[in-house]
Amino acid sequence: MSAVTSPARPASSGVRARTLNRIVIYGLLALFAIFYLMPLFVMLVTSLKTMDEIQNGNMLSLPHAPTFEPWIKAWSEVCSGLTCVGMKGYFWNSIKMVVPAVLISTLLGALNGYVLTKWRFRGHTLVFAMMLFACFIPFQSVLLPMATILGSLGRFGVTLQNATGFNFGLGNSTVNLVFVHVVYGLGFTTLFFRNYYEAFPTELVKAAQVDGASFFQIFRRIMLPNSLPIIVVTVIYQFTNIWNDFLFASAYAGSGDVMPMTVALNNVVNTSTGVVEYNVNMAAAMIAALPTLIVYVVAGRYFVRGLMAGAVKG
Amino acid sequence: MAFLEIDGLKKRFGNVEILKGIDVELEKGGFLVLVGPSGCGKSTLLNTIAGLETITEGEIRVDGRAINDLHPSKRDIAMVFQSYALYPNMTVAGNIAFGMEMRGVPAAERQKAIDKVAKILQIGHLLQRKPSQLSGGQRQRVAMGRALVRDPKLFLFDEPLSNLDAKLRVDMRIEIKRLHATTGTTIVYVTHDQIEAMTLATKIAVMRDGEVQQFGTPAEIYNNPTNVFVADFMGSPAMNLIPAKIDANGSGLSVVLDRDTRQPIVLPMPGAPAGLAAFKDKQVIFGVRPEALTDPEGAERNGSEIATADCHIEVVEPAGSDTFAVTNLGGKGVVARLRADARIQPGTSTPLAFNLSKAVFFDPATEKRIL
Repeated sequence: MSAVTSPARPASSGVRARTLNRIVIYGLLALFAIFYLMPLFVMLVTSLKTMDEIQNGNMLSLPHAPTFEPWIKAWSEVCSGLTCVGMKGYFWNSIKMVVPAVLISTLLGALNGYVLTKWRFRGHTLVFAMMLFACFIPFQSVLLPMATILGSLGRFGVTLQNATGFNFGLGNSTVNLVFVHVVYGLGFTTLFFRNYYEAFPTELVKAAQVDGASFFQIFRRIMLPNSLPIIVVTVIYQFTNIWNDFLFASAYAGSGDVMPMTVALNNVVNTSTGVVEYNVNMAAAMIAALPTLIVYVVAGRYFVRGLMAGAVKG
Repeated sequence: MAFLEIDGLKKRFGNVEILKGIDVELEKGGFLVLVGPSGCGKSTLLNTIAGLETITEGEIRVDGRAINDLHPSKRDIAMVFQSYALYPNMTVAGNIAFGMEMRGVPAAERQKAIDKVAKILQIGHLLQRKPSQLSGGQRQRVAMGRALVRDPKLFLFDEPLSNLDAKLRVDMRIEIKRLHATTGTTIVYVTHDQIEAMTLATKIAVMRDGEVQQFGTPAEIYNNPTNVFVADFMGSPAMNLIPAKIDANGSGLSVVLDRDTRQPIVLPMPGAPAGLAAFKDKQVIFGVRPEALTDPEGAERNGSEIATADCHIEVVEPAGSDTFAVTNLGGKGVVARLRADARIQPGTSTPLAFNLSKAVFFDPATEKRIL
């Protein structure tokens, strides 16, 4: 700008101002990045130190003799409450909850989006508006009604157990959590897929109809194979939310060996017998955070692309 | 009995009537073009034939069988879409075979059918590519291949050439015509391009506001338009529609065309249509196509009703093959089509020959043809 308004000035002053701008901008960005990465760094280095080093050394210093002892202890020995079997059982609890919940809610969201855009019926906007409204219902307000419903389902499971000898998973804490997360996640997954399919060419659906494909054949052969970006977005979003959920987990599976990872981690950290083993706690926390990190690193580049899909034509 | 018959077809969305009673029929092996401006209902009509839209009233019959309540896949039709609608996740071969796959045709038979169609359309080298790796013209061919492979009773084309550039469009137009000639299939084709309509069709239905304005052969539509809309829509450059007055002088009628400052042009009409007598001393719309208004040397020598009048030329447009001259008659710009080498200067007066045997008249109140 200055070079344009006063051409008499030497060009180098403009260059200098630009360089200064860059330094300020990148300096600030670096500062914020360090600020955000600091806890992760502290967690990582602490989890690799011995207790002696933690008690006598600097929190930010690198470990003198890195050890994986705390990680092993966190995985298989650490005490959560009174049981000391490590995090591994709870880790698998979380996996068993999160995988079906993510798959079911994503699939149902895709199906909803498909119907709401390509098989429109009278009142489809109202249905979508209500699904959208579900995204804004706070967790806390769902707790009690959901507990009642889960209780009824559990009793129904007992009845089934007595009648048929099998309870169909009703009353099982993991199944309950899958159910809760599918119901709660449906609003979001439907929103994602509806917006994606809104921009999806309807002529493809018509062409498939003329070709003789049925409702589900079109969904499976035409819609799903062309939905990779939005599937990735939905999976990352749902996986992160469900894996990190603490409220539902502690409310509906808050004790015993059915606890998901988040609840168990909380119990590990709150267990107060003797010395607080920071290194083990940090390792346990890292283990709890790892799956979401891995999912993001593996599929993250699709995430931004998917969020931007349909924003601009072409 | 015709091969495709559409009887009193109506389509309503709520209170809005999109199609207001369509009656069209097409013989076997015919090529029906539905043409009209945007929003005239031509694509909706095509979709009702395909079964992608339901109809409110009427009947659609193919080969004597009513198909209006059948699912699209049961109607024995194939459709080529404007956007081609190729499945992006499948190869060209997969796209072509998808319909057969859905109907459970064995793989070996599918392969044979794909090869046959690929040969006709010369897309054999593209079979393993994805649609995103194809050019516009190639996609167009694949879309036609997907329709051809089914060997259906009826082909439906929904503005298939509108996404191609001008040169490719002409090439593909010829290709479609050749395909129709060699395979003898029955085709219904939607377009807003009247040149496509004229060149391809055996029958044209000109549509506006959900109604068929005129249904006939291209020559009928072109030479005998039933109303002002059809006359104006078909033909490029469009027909000159000049406000005129009918005068009776002695034995016959004549057409009087006003000009700004000079004497009006009076054209005697010995062969005037019978209905014109009722318009004596009244206003009519005098329709004359640019090629029927030309330089006297270029006019048909044996034309029975040639009348020549001096016209003031305002603009000259040399188009290479022809030269177009714009004059002003009855307060409107009027285009005359002259030979390419016609010596004509803007701003001068030149005699122009009116071929009155080709002239048509319309009632300005109803816009209907005066016969």
